[in-house]
Amino acid sequence: MRLLFGSCFALILAAAIGLGATWLTITRGVAFGSMTIGAWKAWPRSGSVDIDPYARATIARTGELPLGTGDGVAFYARTDDAGNNLDGRCTITVSGVTPAARYWTLTLYDPEGRLVANSIDRHGFTSAEILRDIEGRFTIAVAPRARPGNWLPTGGIERYVLVWRFYDTPIGVATRTAKEAPMPAIARKTCS
Amino acid sequence: MIRPLLWILGAILLGGIVHLTTVLVMPRAATQDAYARLVPLTPVNTMVQLAAPTAENSIMPLMDPAFAAAVCRYDLSAGAIKLNAPLSQAYTSVTFYTRNSVAYYAIDDRAAGRRAIELDLMTPEQHAQVPEGEDVTAADRLIIESPTKTGLIVLRALAPEPGLMPMARRALTNAQCRLGPVQ
Repeated sequence: MRLLFGSCFALILAAAIGLGATWLTITRGVAFGSMTIGAWKAWPRSGSVDIDPYARATIARTGELPLGTGDGVAFYARTDDAGNNLDGRCTITVSGVTPAARYWTLTLYDPEGRLVANSIDRHGFTSAEILRDIEGRFTIAVAPRARPGNWLPTGGIERYVLVWRFYDTPIGVATRTAKEAPMPAIARKTCS
Repeated sequence: MIRPLLWILGAILLGGIVHLTTVLVMPRAATQDAYARLVPLTPVNTMVQLAAPTAENSIMPLMDPAFAAAVCRYDLSAGAIKLNAPLSQAYTSVTFYTRNSVAYYAIDDRAAGRRAIELDLMTPEQHAQVPEGEDVTAADRLIIESPTKTGLIVLRALAPEPGLMPMARRALTNAQCRLGPVQ
């Protein structure tokens, strides 16, 4: 009787631990070999055959196609530099310089990877259309309401993700430090 | 006292095995991966342009809205595939994915170096059957080996500004993906 009870308990616990760990790692996007620069995270290996099993499982679940290594590299930000979650009701600024690349695009998605509806139909910027100062620096205001300059609308959603993709860039698996890949700073200004 | 602890330890070990197995099986068991999403939209071995992602509708998550994209869902069981993709003015890239969305090869317009990206895609077995002499004469043609029989070729052309999207789309309309012998 005790044996039966014990084995049932162990099996249920094992299933809960195993499936729970799988669910957690796959929905949170745990993947090895990440490269973190400020609030930005990239997984250059996910665009090659060296992709790890966790990233593979995540991609199979979400249905996305990762950026190939020979094409470019994608950086994701879910928080600002201070660690606050990106909140669409707040105004944040993204400013500074970017690593060398022929082109880049910055896009705002909801946590499920969908674009966010907004009044001016803008979902991001490309390196060609951004307004810069005379030194080549830029500031992007990510905010729910219109701003002068580079305004990226959040649509007022609670959480969002910024994805910066660099195309034809030397950044890759061998990149280690922020010196090689200087990423723009993300600062929270005001919250409404 | 020791017996419940042993049961818990056993459960943790078994839980670890369950975890690793489910992670490894997931890519095979997924029903909504990129390939499955594209099956109803794309005929086999044909280049098809994808609708631009919008807030309401996106074929796959995390698509870059600054790019026009076209997909060739390939099946190599009938023979090798020839890909011919004219370049757009800004930036064009071709990425090859296996059936399970692993990007095994990607090339951009600068690496391709000419006015068009021309590639032959085949399985390792088909590559082995290519006569050696022809391999030499075809030295300026890139031959790519696909690890799986089926997969996706994704062609992306950048529109640096929203007004240039028609130009990027036009560049993709001339792209071709078809069964063809290697010459």
